[in-house]
Amino acid sequence: MTYVIVGNGVASVGAIEGIRKLDKEGRIIVVSEENTPTYGRPLISYFLAGKIGLDRMSLRPDDYYEKNNIELKLGSRVTALDPGKKTITLASGESLGYDKLLLATGGIPFMPPIKGLEGSGIYNFTTLAHAETLIQLSQAIRKVVVIGGGLIGLKAAEGLFDNGLSVTIVELAPRVLSAAFDDVAGKLVSNRLENEGLHIRCGNTVEEVLRGDNGDVVGVRLTNGDVLECEAVVVAIGVVPSLCPAKEAGLNIRRGIKVDDYLQTSAADVYAAGDAAEAYDMIMDDARVTPIWPNAYSQGYYAGMNMTEKKKEKHPGGLAMNAIAFYGMATASLGLVNPAPEDGCDVFTYVDEERQAYRKLVFRNDKLIGYVLVGDIDFAGLYTGFVRFQLPLTDEVKQDLKDGQPSALLWPEHDFETRWTPECE
Amino acid sequence: MRRVYPNKDFCIGCHICELACLTAHSESKDLIIAVREEQASGLRPCKAVYEKGPVCVSLSCRHCENPTCVTACISGALYKDEETGKTKYDESKCVGCWSCLMACPFGAIRRNPSKGKIIKCDLCEGRDMPACVQACPNAALSYEDR
Repeated sequence: MTYVIVGNGVASVGAIEGIRKLDKEGRIIVVSEENTPTYGRPLISYFLAGKIGLDRMSLRPDDYYEKNNIELKLGSRVTALDPGKKTITLASGESLGYDKLLLATGGIPFMPPIKGLEGSGIYNFTTLAHAETLIQLSQAIRKVVVIGGGLIGLKAAEGLFDNGLSVTIVELAPRVLSAAFDDVAGKLVSNRLENEGLHIRCGNTVEEVLRGDNGDVVGVRLTNGDVLECEAVVVAIGVVPSLCPAKEAGLNIRRGIKVDDYLQTSAADVYAAGDAAEAYDMIMDDARVTPIWPNAYSQGYYAGMNMTEKKKEKHPGGLAMNAIAFYGMATASLGLVNPAPEDGCDVFTYVDEERQAYRKLVFRNDKLIGYVLVGDIDFAGLYTGFVRFQLPLTDEVKQDLKDGQPSALLWPEHDFETRWTPECE
Repeated sequence: MRRVYPNKDFCIGCHICELACLTAHSESKDLIIAVREEQASGLRPCKAVYEKGPVCVSLSCRHCENPTCVTACISGALYKDEETGKTKYDESKCVGCWSCLMACPFGAIRRNPSKGKIIKCDLCEGRDMPACVQACPNAALSYEDR
């Protein structure tokens, strides 16, 4: 069996480990556009901020590829896929045949249509190479504008600020972290960042990137007419699925590459996982592109196992989650955190302004389906258990959760026995 | 593989397991110094005793076969040891992002507030029997292969 994996991010690592769990012999070829062995992509914000060096970027030990008997083709772009002939073509012209293919092509930065965005002085923040570029840039300039107040944007801003730059974040939504957080949690985070000295402009976006006579970026003009001086712009709004070569090959695509419960695409023997895939989400009860790390690994892992044909196992479904800290302020959000009125959810919130702590719990019927925690995140996992296992809640248990006292002793007896103390594993 | 299993029927909520864990993972290996000094500088037990009315139980990492903490780890600090089956933790790689702490549905990962890194049961690396199991006065913890 020959497995070809396109991409070398965490979905690819998951797939390698899923395949090797069941098939020690099969040939595995990993093709990646990037030039480095796999690294912890979210670590680029730690690297940019100078908290860790290059030596700590690697996600797996140095002998990982050798030990798992992986043929690695780095710096290779895939240009075409022929699901009929079961081949992929690389930019070099080389053609690779496969028995099973995984598209773990990840995401590419979303670039909005903004006047003046074409040209020099525009940067992104999704790869190690981007982070290296931004570190160099920090030594050459003083003022930067970051477009996007989501997780990537805020972490890019924090890292650039730590490199001594004056940083302004411009966010279209009325608050930062609009997708993963709510108003109160967003405000706690933006206050924290502003206290450190970062500037934040919400409810506004960049209408035009202003350039001098020589074409260099000199500032941006916002939709309200304000002009912010800057020498560079970092576009960090988020990522969209990287659809090459899936699209050209005619695979079924909505936002991402559509996959079934087994992570198989509409083409036989072609699977997809990670930020490129649109897969079942357990809370939304529908297919979603959820570009987050743990989903990518686990989708890759299940895809890998299923590709061996030694097992056919349904993926349990994605679960959106983000844990992220801003200057020591820890936050965690998971599941559905901003339900619409028609979702019929019961939302509980608790704020402790003094301690900068916040807790939001989202219940639907007798289940917990999401939460946001700021400050006190030590119990995050205990809340996660109620969401992940969809444990039914009595009113009394609901109250304990609201009171900030989740515990495994609140689990239904049967769930405790089968999950904590099973008779056999 | 052998894991630590709790028994609610026997647990008396004495917290001796937590103290044994704390001592076993301390620099000094001395209970008093571990509690008085090392705890103040961030040392925490990997175990936690939960109580609800008359029921109590002592819980820690289950060393799951497919652990979500390893899935969530962005730095490679958490990994599965293929030979022993243990879910291992390399503290030098941890960046304190707390992804694992959030992802573990058993709530078995804790924070070392001083180091900004996680704390997780290692089944007492280097000992035949985990300290918590050994110390439990009522056999409410067992170390067995199920």
